[in-house]
Amino acid sequence: MSSIVCKDLCKTFQQGEEIITGLDHVSIEIEAGDFVCLSGPSGSGKTTLLNAMGGLDTPDSGQIQVGDTRVDQLGKGPLADMRLHKIGFVFQAYNLIPVLTARENVEFVMQVRGEPAQERSHRSHDILKEVGLEGMEDRRPAQLSGGQQQRVAVARAIVSQPALVLADEPTANLDSVTATQLMDLFVELNQHHNITFVIATHDTRVMAYAKRLIKMRDGKIISDEKQQHPSTVVS
Amino acid sequence: MTITLRMAWRNLWRHKRRTWLTVGAMIFSNLILVFSISLQLGSYQMMIDNSLKSYTGHMQIQREGYNEEPKMRSSIDAIISLAGRVRDQLGNESVAARGVAFAMTSSEERSYGLQIIGVEPEYEPKVSTLPGLITRGGYFTGLNTEEIIIGAVLARNLRVGIGDELTLLGSGHDGSFAAGIAIVTGIFESGIAEIDRSMAQLPIGYFQDLFGMEGRGHNIVINAADLSEVESAKQSVSSVLKDRDELVVLDWELLQPGLKQAIQADFTSAWFMYGVLIVLVAFSVLNTQLMSVLERTREFGVMMALGVKPARLGSLVITETAVMSGLGLAIGALLGIVMTWYLSIVGFSYPGMEDMAERFNLPDRMYPSLSILSIMLGPSVVFVFSLLASIYPAIRLFFLQPVTAMRAV
Repeated sequence: MSSIVCKDLCKTFQQGEEIITGLDHVSIEIEAGDFVCLSGPSGSGKTTLLNAMGGLDTPDSGQIQVGDTRVDQLGKGPLADMRLHKIGFVFQAYNLIPVLTARENVEFVMQVRGEPAQERSHRSHDILKEVGLEGMEDRRPAQLSGGQQQRVAVARAIVSQPALVLADEPTANLDSVTATQLMDLFVELNQHHNITFVIATHDTRVMAYAKRLIKMRDGKIISDEKQQHPSTVVS
Repeated sequence: MTITLRMAWRNLWRHKRRTWLTVGAMIFSNLILVFSISLQLGSYQMMIDNSLKSYTGHMQIQREGYNEEPKMRSSIDAIISLAGRVRDQLGNESVAARGVAFAMTSSEERSYGLQIIGVEPEYEPKVSTLPGLITRGGYFTGLNTEEIIIGAVLARNLRVGIGDELTLLGSGHDGSFAAGIAIVTGIFESGIAEIDRSMAQLPIGYFQDLFGMEGRGHNIVINAADLSEVESAKQSVSSVLKDRDELVVLDWELLQPGLKQAIQADFTSAWFMYGVLIVLVAFSVLNTQLMSVLERTREFGVMMALGVKPARLGSLVITETAVMSGLGLAIGALLGIVMTWYLSIVGFSYPGMEDMAERFNLPDRMYPSLSILSIMLGPSVVFVFSLLASIYPAIRLFFLQPVTAMRAV
C-alpha cells in the first residue's frame, strides 16, 4: 500500500521579478514503511516537495495523497490535524521550543492531541530513553548539544506514532559521529516501528542509509533508484 | 499547571526587563486607580455628608407635595411633639423641627426680603452646621425669645450689628398680616454668599407666634449616623407616621437631586482621566505583546508545522497577557490597598485645605474610603483592556503560514 502518492505537482515562487520553479510536474509514489532520501543541490526542489507532502505548503497544481487523505484538498484546520496525527517533522535547525524542557517538548505534541497526563508522562519517558536521552529529560534545549537537541526533535516527531516522518536536512548541523548515531536511530525506528521516512538531504552519508534514493534538479526528479544494501540494518 | 500556562509564564521571563516595564506600568496605574477611586468615593461621602449636614439633613418629614411646591399652608401640626416622638423612635438627637416663611426685614436704614427659618435652638445645631458658623454674637437663648440670627452679607447690607433690632413683615399661616421685632443675637458666615445674604433664623416658638402657625411647622430634619444608615432610619421614621397619612419621609436624593447629579458628573469626568491612563497601559501591553509575537514568529511557525492551530497559539498569547496583567493587578492593588488604608486612618490634606475647612466648618482632612468597589473597579478595567490589547497580536497568528514563519529570523 502506498503511504504517499504525488501526481503532477507544480509549484513556482516569485523572487523579485523572477519566477523560480520549485516543482516541475513531479509524480512519485512512496510505499508504507519505506526509507527514502530526496537528494540534490540547493534549489533542486527537495524541501518544496517535502513541505508539500507534509501540508506545510500548497502546490500550484497536482495531487498529493498521504494515506487515505487528499492533502491538496484540505483547508488549514484539517491540514493542521493531519500534521498533528499522521506526520512527524524533523528540521535542520532542531526547532525545539526553547522554554520547554526535553520532556515537555516531547509531551507538547501529545498534549495538543489531548492525551491524558499519565500517558504523556509514560510515553515521553520511554521515547527519550529510546533515543538515548535518559537522565536529560529536564534539560532545556540550550542545555543540550546539537545532537541531543536533534534527538529530542526526533522523539517529538515519533512520540505520537505517526505513519510518516519527514526530515529536512536532519544532519546538516551535526558532526559525523552524531549524524551516524541519528541515522542509525532513524533506521531502527523505520524497522521496529514501520514508520515511513522521507529525508531531504545532500549529505552523501545519509543517502547511503536510504532504501530508495530520489535525485532532483530544477524541480524535477532526475533519477529514482532502489538501493540494495543500505549502510546500516539493525537486527 | 498546564503546559500552556507553563509556557506563558516562562515566555514572559525571556525578556525580564521588558516584562517588568509593562508590569510596572500596570502596577503604577492600578495603585493610582485604587487610591484615586477610594479618595473620590471617600470625598463624595464627605461631600454628601457635609452638604446635607450643613442644612438639608439626610431626610425630612414634610407634608406631601411640600417639596415640589412649598406653601405656607402645607404644614405639619404639633410639629415639636412629633419631632420628639421621632427622636425617641430613633434614639437619636439629630432631629429638629423647622418652619419656613418669607418676610420683608427692615433695619432703621434698609429693607430686604428674606427666607425666615424657625428652628429648635436645642436641636438645630445637631442637624445643621449653620449655628457653628456664627462669627459674631451667639445662638438663641430660648425657644420663644424674640431673637434673630442673620448672615454676614445681610448684616452688612442692612447695616446692623449684634443687639440691633430688625422689623419683620410677612404673611401668616392663615394669610393674615404677620409683623414682629427681633434682636440680632448672632451673625454667621457660611461662605455661601446666597445664604449669607438671604436667610435668617428665629427660634421656632417665636416663629410660630409671629406667623400664626399655632404649633405648626413645615419640616422635621433628620440626620442618620451616616449615609449607609439612611434607609433603615427612613423605615423606622415611617413607622412613627403610620397615623399621619398626609406626611411623607423624603431622603436626600429627593431633597437634593442636584447633589447626586453633580457627583455622577464628577465621577464621569474623572473616568475620562482614568481612561487616558488605562489606554496608555493598554498600548504598552499591545507594544510588548506585538514585539513578543514578532520575535517568536519562527517558533510559532514550528508549532503550526507540528499541528498546533492558530487559535491555540492565540490563546497562549492571551494567557501570557493575562498572567502579566494578573501580576500587575495583584501587586498594584496590594500597594494601592496599603497606601489607601494608611491614608484612610491618618487622613490626607493639601496645602490651604485647613484654612478652607475651618472657614466652612468642614473636616480639615480627607479620608479615602477603601471598599471592594474602590479596590477592584480600576484594576479590573486595566485587566480587561490589557486583554483586549493582546487580541490584535493574537489575531496576527491566524495569518501566519508555517513555511514562511519558519523562515523568519
